[in-house]
Amino acid sequence: MSEPIKKVSIVVSKGSLEGVYPGLIMANGARMEGIEASLFFTFFGLHAIVKKKMEKLKVATVGNPALCVPDAMGFPMPTILGAIPGMSAFATHMMKKEMDKLDIPPVGEFIEMISDAGGEIFACKATVDMFHLKPEDFCPQMDRVLTVGEFYELSAGSQIIFT
Amino acid sequence: MATKELAGSSVEVNEEGYLTDRTQWNEAVAAALATEEGIELSDEHWKVLKFIESDFAEKQAVPGMRRLNKVGGIPTKDLYRLFPGGPIKKAARIAGFPKPASCV
Repeated sequence: MSEPIKKVSIVVSKGSLEGVYPGLIMANGARMEGIEASLFFTFFGLHAIVKKKMEKLKVATVGNPALCVPDAMGFPMPTILGAIPGMSAFATHMMKKEMDKLDIPPVGEFIEMISDAGGEIFACKATVDMFHLKPEDFCPQMDRVLTVGEFYELSAGSQIIFT
Repeated sequence: MATKELAGSSVEVNEEGYLTDRTQWNEAVAAALATEEGIELSDEHWKVLKFIESDFAEKQAVPGMRRLNKVGGIPTKDLYRLFPGGPIKKAARIAGFPKPASCV
């Protein structure tokens, strides 16, 4: 049998709800299996750890041909309808409701849970500079701002997962 | 499936070491399962095990991390401290329940 995974570094680069949650679920799931985990938030993924943005992430309804109504087995939604005002908010509302039923926490609570579980939360320096973000803009669980080089150093021995 | 001697009683376990018949579970069995995980059960551990037991009776499932926090009132940090290296999996096994089937 091959060696079990000991450490994962998960890169979250997208700021949509469906872009952020897979990374959070995989990081938390890793900790629950006794695997070391860190999350590296870059580009719009950084919104997930910015206090004023983290609870306002939305499902992307534009340019998402996989969307169906009301669920994956329902009618495919014509992509042009995704551009109607309020569609993204509506899809987000529906998805959050389903997630809550499964006890999947809101972003802020999830980040706190991962941090309490010993997972590390990093922000990408290039993005922090690009978006003019200050330390006080981040949730308190954000451990450090890292350059890509530092991220690779800290990921030594890790499986790096890009979501 | 295999039969195993634990704390003087004979129990059925699956290939991952989870009890397959909860009626064979008792506190001494729990203590023996905990020892296998390198854990010595304290009152704090028992609080977690008791909550899993009562919640399982209600939901027919091992509670996830968030339910343990919100409903059971047990902080994440405590769970990782009490059951290092996989809190819910280990607590469920010690409590005599199946391997948890939830992603969170």
